[in-house]
Amino acid sequence: MKLKSALLGAACAFAMAPAAFAERGTDGEVKLTFPQAVSIMNPYLSSGTKDIYASSMVIEPLAGYDDAGTLIPKLVSEIPSFENGGISEDLTTITWKLLPGLMWADGSALTAADVVFTGQYCMDPAGGCAQLSKFDGIASIEAVDDLSVKITFTAPKPNPFNAFVGSTSPILQKAQFEACLGAAAPTCTDQNSMPIGTGPFKVTAFTVNDTVSMEANANYRDPAKPAFASAVIKGGGDAEGSARAVMETGEFDYAWNTQIPPDSQAAMAAAGKGQFVVAFGTLVERLEMNMTDPSADLPEGERSTAKHPHPFLTDINVRTALSMAIDRQILTEVGYGAGGAPTCNVVPAPAMYASDNTACLTQDIEGAKALLESSGWVDSDGDGIREKDGKKLSILYQSTVNPIRQDFQALIKDWWSEIGVETELKAIDPSVFFGGDAGSPDTFQKFYADVEMYANNFDGTDPEAYLTQYKCDKAPSPENQWQGENMNRFCDPAYDAMVSELSGTRDAAKRAELAKKLNDMVTKDSRIVVPLVHRGTLSAHSNALGGVKINAWDTELWNVADWFRVK
Amino acid sequence: MLTFTLRRLLLAIPTLLFISLIIFLLVDLAPGSPMSEIPLTVPPEVRQKMIEALGADQPVFVRYILWLRQFFWVEPATLMDGWFGSHLAGDEQRILSWQSRSPVFTVIGQRIPQTLTVIGTAYLVGIMIAMPIGIYSAYRQYSAFDQLGTLVAMIGFSVPTFFTGTLFIIIFAVWLGWFPTKYDTTLEVTDWASFILQLKQMAMPVMVLGLANAAAISRYMRSSMLENMGQDYVRTARAKGMTERVVVLKHVLRNSLIPVVTVIALGIPSIFGGAIITENLFGVNGIGAALIGAIHANDLPMVQTLAFIFAVLIVLFNLIADVLYGLLDPRIRYE
Repeated sequence: MKLKSALLGAACAFAMAPAAFAERGTDGEVKLTFPQAVSIMNPYLSSGTKDIYASSMVIEPLAGYDDAGTLIPKLVSEIPSFENGGISEDLTTITWKLLPGLMWADGSALTAADVVFTGQYCMDPAGGCAQLSKFDGIASIEAVDDLSVKITFTAPKPNPFNAFVGSTSPILQKAQFEACLGAAAPTCTDQNSMPIGTGPFKVTAFTVNDTVSMEANANYRDPAKPAFASAVIKGGGDAEGSARAVMETGEFDYAWNTQIPPDSQAAMAAAGKGQFVVAFGTLVERLEMNMTDPSADLPEGERSTAKHPHPFLTDINVRTALSMAIDRQILTEVGYGAGGAPTCNVVPAPAMYASDNTACLTQDIEGAKALLESSGWVDSDGDGIREKDGKKLSILYQSTVNPIRQDFQALIKDWWSEIGVETELKAIDPSVFFGGDAGSPDTFQKFYADVEMYANNFDGTDPEAYLTQYKCDKAPSPENQWQGENMNRFCDPAYDAMVSELSGTRDAAKRAELAKKLNDMVTKDSRIVVPLVHRGTLSAHSNALGGVKINAWDTELWNVADWFRVK
Repeated sequence: MLTFTLRRLLLAIPTLLFISLIIFLLVDLAPGSPMSEIPLTVPPEVRQKMIEALGADQPVFVRYILWLRQFFWVEPATLMDGWFGSHLAGDEQRILSWQSRSPVFTVIGQRIPQTLTVIGTAYLVGIMIAMPIGIYSAYRQYSAFDQLGTLVAMIGFSVPTFFTGTLFIIIFAVWLGWFPTKYDTTLEVTDWASFILQLKQMAMPVMVLGLANAAAISRYMRSSMLENMGQDYVRTARAKGMTERVVVLKHVLRNSLIPVVTVIALGIPSIFGGAIITENLFGVNGIGAALIGAIHANDLPMVQTLAFIFAVLIVLFNLIADVLYGLLDPRIRYE
């Protein structure tokens, strides 16, 4: 008996040995810098990435995504599934089981009541919650007991992992936010800038749009973490300055969003103080083709609507030729360097949803010319521009004011002029282009141009909602105050039917297959969308910072508790 | 003098009201939406709800009147409450920033100290460099020193701060490693070591702005000195047998300072206005950085309030400059 316990003791001592190295608060301060400063620490009132990332160090959701896009439990003991009974057979309820003994940073216990409250907080109609769409289709959220929460949906929900999953939808402490429901939400300044959380750090000081100071949370569930005793996020400046502070001067340990020109990337990497890391999520820079006529000669209210089909972009051969003329490799090198990769897909990731559609990656100017020639688009009057039935291939190509986009526009204009297509370029201020003001002619929804370029992505790992955007009824028009995401006014009943099929499908493999088909339908089969570059988020970390695992599916700081100082 | 000042102050009220209306309309009519920075993954219905929660869907005049009330009643009342513990403001809504949902004046309060220390120091440094250069350049007109001073002033005038700033960063931070590139606003000066750190982090922004300020002021100083050097009273002073030192520093300098003081006084509002580019470049969280951040995010209450405060300061310092002019030069009388 004695021997056994002695052996056990020895085994324990060995097991404890690595933990002795990793102890809470032994590694000093970790310094992060964001080119955009943090405005608020409550993701429910801001959907700015900077705010969500910063708050993710402090407040946590029930579950999150790891660097491979897999769901991982955070505040719960396991991910609900059919097997463990967490998701009901009819797909209408999901039950989360909280880890026992969890404590808020202030020492009080986290219970199911906090989760229920958070749902109530976001779903309050007067609160202006930025993450409301995460709570779509929820009939009720109730606490079954202190440690279990049951969410009931109004209809079967094939993907129930929206509310309380990922850094955009963390749990707020009921005791702290109780007085901040509804219209009072924005006025709770102290709560919004210093939320009490369960994460590895807690806020000690917050200056709006400047600095967030944090210290290790003494009540964090893993007693050995975080390794850093304090953390600070300094915001402001620009991407170049942030990258420099990590890569060249070594003042900071981590810089988020250091998207800088490829030549600067190389020069900074050569300084040898740090390295760039890229997270490839689902962001794709693309050209969207307008299927309706944007001509200024049409009366207001009929421009770019289904009433008038586009004079030449409705011809698939024209769209295909425009896509073939583009060299995506050059675009990537010029614009993004390590932070991008050429792509032909609208859904470029996660791997299980990405179609093996790569045909567009090689530029084929001659092929494009031949295709236009054979489909009757010829330059009969010798002005270098092809025409057919009196319609000239003359394109108005719009995008936002952004140096990389203007480079892309110039390059693409050149390639298109080589195949006999005339292009006029237009650059619009991003706050107008994306502003959605129904009174402005320059929004991307109104699309008073033939081709427009921007980047879009989807939240989480499931592309269903994203693919739904190309359904007929999602087209912006005067009838719906120009709201909607189907900028192309693409309308294919077969596509709509397949989207409905997707939303009724539970089997993961079958879902992936359908998603790939839908992706192909808008890209290689129809060239309605011409993807150009799969864009990653380029971040930089110093060589003295260990444990960084870049993550495109959730906050980049998802494993900040595991970060340590390389000695 | 007193009647003049009072009259000017009273006149300032309608002027400022008019300015506030113009600013409000300009900011409001400018294209863009407070929602333009949020990702495309947020659906339109949610955006609409967020706009309603901000109150941004109200008609423009309703918002203007509300802003006036908040600026001239609620905010001063809150200030009083803070000082004297009274309850004048009650539960009335203060001016809230759309971006951070915190009171605009709290943000301004956090930022004023940074702006005053960095931009204010730069202004002082600029004046201290400019004065001797201006005086000596005028005294030895067309000498090598004067030519050099002119050259430096021209560089200061014509090279923008975003260029000198980046240049300084590359030389002093990246190559030499003397100064940090990012201003640490959490640094508290408690002892000698932290004071040195504070000096180090202020060095580059102060140099950049100081150069620009010195360039302008030294030219004014020089031309004003030159104008006075040829005056009869200077010849008289010399004829009386005064030393050159007394002639230049007592007689000429004093008289030459009059227009320069005006220029300096008129430049003071720009200290509060901060230096948008320099603050942004070095991460100084001053008023200028707040303004540009708010403009980017279409944070109307913040932009409006800041722009209006600048207007007030400019009107105020114009008045101060006029009064100073009268005090310095007895020949000028405001009746």
